[in-house]
Amino acid sequence: MKTNQFSSSSSSSPSDRRIGALLRHLTAETDADRVSSVFASPTSGGTGGSVFAHLVQAPEDPILGVTVAYNKDPSPIKLNLGVGAYRTEEGKPLVLNVVRKAEQQLVNDRSRIKEYLPIVGLGEFNKLSAKLILGADSPAIRENRVTTVECLSGTGSLRVGGEFLARHYHQKTIYIPQPTWGNHPKIFTLAGLSVKTYRYYDPSTRGLNFQGLLEDLGAAPQGSIVLLHACAHNPTGVDPTLEQWEQIRKLMRSKGLMPFFDSAYQGFASGSLDTDAKPIRMFVADGGELLVAQSYAKNMGLYGERVGALSIVCKAADVAGRVESQLKLVIRPMYSNPPIHGASIVAVILRDRNLFNEWTLELKAMADRIISMRKQLFEALRSRGTPGDWTHIIKQIGMFTFTGLNPAQVAFMTKEYHIYMTSDGRISMAGLSSKTVPHLADAIHAVVTKAV
Amino acid sequence: MASSMLSLGSTSLLPREINKDKLKLRTSGSNPFLKAKSISRVTMSVAVKPSRFEGITMAPPDPILGVSEAFKADTNELKLNLGVGAYRTEELQPYVLNVVKKAENLMLERGDNKEYLPIEGLAAFNKATAELLFGAGHPVIKEQKVATIQGLSGTGSLRLAAALIERYFPGAKVLISAPTWGNHKNIFNDAKVPWSEYRYYDPKTIGLDFEGMIADIKEAPEGSFILLHGCAHNPTGIDPTPEQWVQIADVIQEKNHIPFFDVAYQGFASGSLDEDAASVRLFAERGMEFFVAQSYSKNLGLYAERIGAINVVCSSADAATRVKSQLKRIARPMYSNPPVHGARIVANVVGDATMFNEWKAEMEMMAGRIKTVRQKLYDSLVSKDKSGKDWSFILKQIGMFSFTGLNKAQSDNMTNKWHVYMTKDGRISLAGLSMAKCEYLADAIIDSYHNALLYWETPIEL
Repeated sequence: MKTNQFSSSSSSSPSDRRIGALLRHLTAETDADRVSSVFASPTSGGTGGSVFAHLVQAPEDPILGVTVAYNKDPSPIKLNLGVGAYRTEEGKPLVLNVVRKAEQQLVNDRSRIKEYLPIVGLGEFNKLSAKLILGADSPAIRENRVTTVECLSGTGSLRVGGEFLARHYHQKTIYIPQPTWGNHPKIFTLAGLSVKTYRYYDPSTRGLNFQGLLEDLGAAPQGSIVLLHACAHNPTGVDPTLEQWEQIRKLMRSKGLMPFFDSAYQGFASGSLDTDAKPIRMFVADGGELLVAQSYAKNMGLYGERVGALSIVCKAADVAGRVESQLKLVIRPMYSNPPIHGASIVAVILRDRNLFNEWTLELKAMADRIISMRKQLFEALRSRGTPGDWTHIIKQIGMFTFTGLNPAQVAFMTKEYHIYMTSDGRISMAGLSSKTVPHLADAIHAVVTKAV
Repeated sequence: MASSMLSLGSTSLLPREINKDKLKLRTSGSNPFLKAKSISRVTMSVAVKPSRFEGITMAPPDPILGVSEAFKADTNELKLNLGVGAYRTEELQPYVLNVVKKAENLMLERGDNKEYLPIEGLAAFNKATAELLFGAGHPVIKEQKVATIQGLSGTGSLRLAAALIERYFPGAKVLISAPTWGNHKNIFNDAKVPWSEYRYYDPKTIGLDFEGMIADIKEAPEGSFILLHGCAHNPTGIDPTPEQWVQIADVIQEKNHIPFFDVAYQGFASGSLDEDAASVRLFAERGMEFFVAQSYSKNLGLYAERIGAINVVCSSADAATRVKSQLKRIARPMYSNPPVHGARIVANVVGDATMFNEWKAEMEMMAGRIKTVRQKLYDSLVSKDKSGKDWSFILKQIGMFSFTGLNKAQSDNMTNKWHVYMTKDGRISLAGLSMAKCEYLADAIIDSYHNALLYWETPIEL
């Protein structure tokens, strides 16, 4: 009779195991969540009790929980600046015209079927995604050194990449910027990597702590993995300049640090697909290896379709082939193969010259509206004479602004002004409109000027 | 290829021999490094260092999906693909249900947006899927004792549950049937959940080893998880009878085990959604706490949309709330929230009485075609095989698959001589069989069963 390596021959009772779980969690050094989330009830289970008695209610996800709280608020003036999802000037979600066209095309195509995709996903989508991020003329693509697999948006791409590295890469530590998107540390920890941070945001300048960044990456052990936000850093909106990127590249290559790019905003940050991909392409141009997680959630507005791709640029084509085969072993026991709908929409748009051009225009319009919101908010604070330097609002880039407000101030703004944002002071500019900017400016002004 | 990157117009150049002057002379135009703006020693040393992934070996191909690859490569016009479990029409074409096309048209007309779903998925889908499984008026639903999370079809739902088991029932074992769907083991391995097998398939009878099954479940440590196929066991097609299900429930309750159902064929096996859910509902009647993973790949033909759910039946609404919150904590760092398209299709179909009835009719049609083809295969075998062998096991099996009882050597003969593609465990997918091909298949099976030993030198286990 077959068993796997996790089976032990001893038979312990369920209550023994639950006590063991409690002990294990209480002595665990990392992840405070686990300590607080286990309560063993030795007498539960069996007759009368529940086998789930020891599971406690998990707290709401800090980012997605903001929307939950917002939805519960009955105030007519409430404003949701939590989740990074684009809103129109009318405050409505947006489905791009070009996406609707693509969907119509798909629905009209009577030859379309819903058979399982290969484990690596839709082939055409993979090729087009690699070209989009690396550039159509990328030497890495020409030389067949890139493996691209369709994954579940950015999160799924990061998780699959992380699992792959934890199994096959010699260094199991990943360095993430301080701060970073709240889900990053959880993704990589569960993938099996150990997570450390490198300095990134400087609160005193509300800009990049470049010196600290170079020092921390310089001190990282040879070969460590480094997570880099390709553009529009989340949550700060602070990006390195191209000159700074070049220095980062040189340092990383000299220490053999493995770059893992998170690209969630290509085209959405500056309005230009190529500009936003520049840092990644600089690293590819030096012939080295890297990973990149791509998401189409924001730039194509495909949030709920969960479309993304993981690309691994390798030194040689045969390496890329072997890497791909191992990626499949990560994916198959996780969800077998990826969903077809979103990837099909992307493929239709990217392969058609007209649709592609239309897309770039819609993308630029979204990016421009956000830039305009930045200017408006900055002006509104200036005209109110709100104390402090608010130029970071117009210097930062992308969907988010790191206001510099602290959790107490954030709580005040939620309570008194019904403005919802994450407690780190991050606001989604995409959730603002010309009509709501004054309300936000009033709230910021109030919280900054009120007697403590 | 890697070598082209190093060819700066001459053969082996060590990094320290290269200087900028030499590089400027070799303007081949096609070399990417000559095009790069800053060529420094750091850049060149990056190019010549070996790959960090050099030591990675080529993984073996997936045993099930690999069958289709081999089939595609075969040029013989008699070839038959009985590998993957995806439904085919009589013309052996993939099938998109009419009701699915209707739903998609409706969704497009309505102009639904594409906002993120909550981590637990589409609420309307979660409600519909639990009601389909247990029946809308069922006490576990009325009393809110079921935690339901939309998952990535069957695989994704199983994986969420496996991760929950690893985290909250450390050391607890999952017992899986021998044999079972090949990916079950991979899921539990990657989730780091220990598993062992319980006897299930009896090669002597080509039926269920019921005594062995009960004995092994009884022997497992108290509080083990028992993975059960709700209906249409994959790969054997052999299901317990209703009486046997009662005994299985008895022994599981006796040992305080936790049942874990994999329901991938509700409605697809018998043609009736309710009939195929009977085993799950029996356990719900007992007031047991248990897991159910669901998939809409086959019964709604939504294979590539990846739509399914994990349901956890708890003894209280409070427990269900807590369990749901912990499942969300597992999903968030895996993919954040699930894909909306397939969920909306299901919710639309189930939520509209007309479409729901249309779905039931199409499902009956698919299940009906498989039953008809099963009967024809049996009839062909009986009329062609003069040995008196009892082929009735084929009629007793149910669902997409049939375990032919052929061993590896015999299965190889099916492929090598007859160009019939199937998995090495003797499993054939009846969904890939047409009435027109039944006689050919019968010839192949009879020949392989009786004569494979004569053709091939591999010993056969009797």
